Amino acid sequence: MRNFKRPVAIVASASFETPSEPSRNEVELLLPVIHDALGQVGLTQQDIGFTVSGSSDYLQGFPFAFVGALDAVGAWPPIRESHLEMDGAFALAEAVAVLQHGHVDTALVYAFARPSRGDLDRTLSIQLDPYSVAPLWPDARGLAGLQAQAMRDSGRFDSVPEVPPTHVADGCTAVVLAVGDRARELTKTPVWITGIDHRIEAPALGVRDLATSVSTRLAAESAGATDVDAAYLHVLYPHQELLLRDALGLNGQPVHSSAGPMMVGGLERIAAAAKAVAAGDARRAVAHATSGPCLQQNLVAVLDATAVLEGAAA
Amino acid sequence: MKTDVLTAPHSIEYTYTRSTGPMIGAFMTGLRDGKIIGVRGADGRVHVPAIDYDPVTSEDLSELVEVADTGVVTTWSWNDQPRSGQPLEHPFAWALVRWDGADTAMLVAVDCGDASTISTGAKVKARWADERTGTIHDLCCCELQS
Repeated sequence: MRNFKRPVAIVASASFETPSEPSRNEVELLLPVIHDALGQVGLTQQDIGFTVSGSSDYLQGFPFAFVGALDAVGAWPPIRESHLEMDGAFALAEAVAVLQHGHVDTALVYAFARPSRGDLDRTLSIQLDPYSVAPLWPDARGLAGLQAQAMRDSGRFDSVPEVPPTHVADGCTAVVLAVGDRARELTKTPVWITGIDHRIEAPALGVRDLATSVSTRLAAESAGATDVDAAYLHVLYPHQELLLRDALGLNGQPVHSSAGPMMVGGLERIAAAAKAVAAGDARRAVAHATSGPCLQQNLVAVLDATAVLEGAAA
Repeated sequence: MKTDVLTAPHSIEYTYTRSTGPMIGAFMTGLRDGKIIGVRGADGRVHVPAIDYDPVTSEDLSELVEVADTGVVTTWSWNDQPRSGQPLEHPFAWALVRWDGADTAMLVAVDCGDASTISTGAKVKARWADERTGTIHDLCCCELQS
């Protein structure tokens, strides 16, 4: 998706990450971060047209856990709200789509997780094929190792790093979006999302060529991820950065990779890219988020200091 | 001051019964009988485990194909700290194994002692459970073939 009829910009964002949050619950983690993001552009929740979040109930350990997190935004008077059992980056893609409808001009996207309380490698195995894979409880690091070895065997990479333990961190990110002139009212440095798309590959690991990232390449083509001068990549294990550089056709641009908290890290990369563009450190950046085992699903967003003019879609 | 931490058991589980359907069901029934069953995809490739829909074209698939219980490792990683519920209690290799007669690979544990013994392309043979019930656990793991 690109050349939006209604240009959408990131106008504010805030993030928090810690290796292990000892006491605060999800709502208490989110409250200061959401208020920071909204406060940067002088908004309150009442000014937000659409609110959407990304998180995983499996990390909290009970069904509909995400509903409790709404206390961090306040759901009364009633708000238009949605939730994805995914990284917040995919929630941002939903917000961009909703903003195209024309009914609302602003959106709040947030993501949160506290995986430090459990065994993340074990919890992530529940996302796998429930018949032939999940019952084996494969650890996420072990599956990542299958991809790293496939890369070594392909002979297409000079050196593939060893797979470290799975990154575990707690935290949250909040991003405020606004459309067209509303974005220009709110900030002198709106960062325009000129393209965004996400693609998924087959769930069966043995069907895929693990030494490429076809879904990243397709998402990047659709989002128009060319002529970028910086990349912000959601990398859960170091070898994945090599596949992503390849799939995105990066060629010497500075690459800023981070894993971040599970369910948060992708949205955090988009927020980090937007901060860099707003600060003038990059003119046009590509941001990436991933979900699922071995880069199964990938989202690519293009962030630009300059908007594609309204009506320029044709 | 000594502090006691209260703990309570809390198991995460999927508390629903679901039907496996005609293709995955055939794969599971095959395991019970000591056979490995795949399905022919839209492009002629044989997928194992058998799946209902082609992963590229999404077409309904229906032509079941029995493959061998011997195959080759297409990629692997070493698991030196097995966790609760995993196929073996001692260190083992996770591997994607392409059974002879199949075109795609599936995840299995390979019981091979240490990491130096396994490599991509290694030949393996299934080790079957003595009592089989029609689940993936009927296929305990694989052993290396010389």
